[in-house]
Amino acid sequence: MKKRKLGRGVAVVGAGMSKFGMFRDKDSKDLFAEAFREMLASVDKGMDPADIDALYLGNFSNDFFIHQSHWGPLISDLAGLAPKPATRTEGACASSALAFREGVFAIASGFYDMVLVGGVEEMSKRTTEEVAEGLALATVPYEGRVGFTFPGVFGAVATAYFAKYGASREHLMNVTIKSHSNAPLNPKAQFPMSIRDIMNSKKESLLKKGQPVPEWQDEKDFLRDPRANPVIAWPMHLFDCCPISDGASCMLLVAEDLAKSFTDDPLYVVGIGQGSGRGFHASADMTTFEATRYAAQEAYGMSGLEPKDIQFSEVHDCFSIAEVVHVEDLGFFKPGEGYKAIEEGATRLDGPKPINTSGGLKCKGHPVGATGISQLFEVWTQLRGKAGKRQVPIKDLRIGAAHNLGGTGGTCTFTILERR
Amino acid sequence: MEERPFSDISYDQFLNEEKLMGSRCKKCGGHFVPPRSICVQCYSADMEWVQMKGEGKLAAFTCITVAPPFMVAQGYDRKHPYVSGVVELDEGGRVDARIEGVDPNNPESIKVGMRMKAKFLHRKDTQIPETYLAFEPM
Repeated sequence: MKKRKLGRGVAVVGAGMSKFGMFRDKDSKDLFAEAFREMLASVDKGMDPADIDALYLGNFSNDFFIHQSHWGPLISDLAGLAPKPATRTEGACASSALAFREGVFAIASGFYDMVLVGGVEEMSKRTTEEVAEGLALATVPYEGRVGFTFPGVFGAVATAYFAKYGASREHLMNVTIKSHSNAPLNPKAQFPMSIRDIMNSKKESLLKKGQPVPEWQDEKDFLRDPRANPVIAWPMHLFDCCPISDGASCMLLVAEDLAKSFTDDPLYVVGIGQGSGRGFHASADMTTFEATRYAAQEAYGMSGLEPKDIQFSEVHDCFSIAEVVHVEDLGFFKPGEGYKAIEEGATRLDGPKPINTSGGLKCKGHPVGATGISQLFEVWTQLRGKAGKRQVPIKDLRIGAAHNLGGTGGTCTFTILERR
Repeated sequence: MEERPFSDISYDQFLNEEKLMGSRCKKCGGHFVPPRSICVQCYSADMEWVQMKGEGKLAAFTCITVAPPFMVAQGYDRKHPYVSGVVELDEGGRVDARIEGVDPNNPESIKVGMRMKAKFLHRKDTQIPETYLAFEPM
């Protein structure tokens, strides 16, 4: 692959995200306003929103979820940016990673100096079945037609992975338990509860109702209980699946040579990759996503970094199995070794390669259009040492990354940020 | 010789006629199921139809309990799950399909690698004929 480089460097100097969750009393605009206000306050030396040249906004399908399209100008108006240009990007669950990338290119080209990038999605006003249908709009037609849902697609990936490498559901539970142990440390997370917390609260509520209280031995025992953790699309159970969420995220990008006038501590975009996929039936090996591999190769090539140099990463864990196959596709572990490394604790907050310190999509929430930049928000928070109790305990934290996946692997991105 | 365009619409029409069809590039032999009108190996547009025997092995599957509305309309739900999967054809290539003749409530009994043969499920609840590609164990 040709080694890519930006026409000029680009830095992140501000970032914000709303709390993620299911909100009856907040809509897309309210959520974006929450993220935008936090972003403004995050710029250490202050900034004037009038200097923002353009907005790139990721949104997958508010068209379907709340019957409102054309979110670029709605958000640019909300943020007081109109008549500055606003462009919406759509890449299914990777929509805002694409907004970030387009914003980077717009500055790297020299055309703009300061760009707002963001994402928003409002999903919880629909029923679970309707959300499944809405998300399935981003499958490949052959998949959706034969009844594949998103949990179904990743359930099928899991059966292929199990058959090839001898892994089992028990291994996927390690991903869930790990994500749930990080989430309580993230105040923005939709489910800030460990599996233990959930077990205890279920026991309490059964006790109150006067119903028999199950004696779960440990977290895995709880996850094996079909009443506590029902099947959604076998082998994907409830606790293998990310929730339905509302939320927004945004970041302020500037040309590298301007960065220090906004903060003494900017982050630099050192690697940015994107790949496309062909529908998962077309993959020669269903335990790998070629679009992720391509995106990673592009980002590693541009940065001159290798997988071992990435100190921590957010990885698109829409389903537990997705985290397993992607830590392999990103080169963190060899093919077929990911589930073992996870079992040994390599990806825990205190492990050698912390993955999804935010709690991941599973616990932080997955408002699909907002997810890509919310992952980068976690990288921003960690690299600047502001992650509080979930701060990665690695000395000299300098390099973090985020992997975002859209559709059934149709759009994948990998972005590497550096603190110098 | 079949004169139909190498399209998804033709693929679906053939399914209605209980044929699983793909396209083959006359120039380089590239083989595509579902059909492609452009060979993505050599970029020739000189294609011909080939009928698949409809046999292969199960590459991946899932038993779905939370169904989308169009499947719910056909009677599937949490109590009545269905199976979707990917089948690797003997001729090469993989297709998405419904998997029949297995027990969706007993996923452990369904094995990746099982030999499968095609069957065609004709929907009864639509005005325009619509057929699902399905496979069942041989």
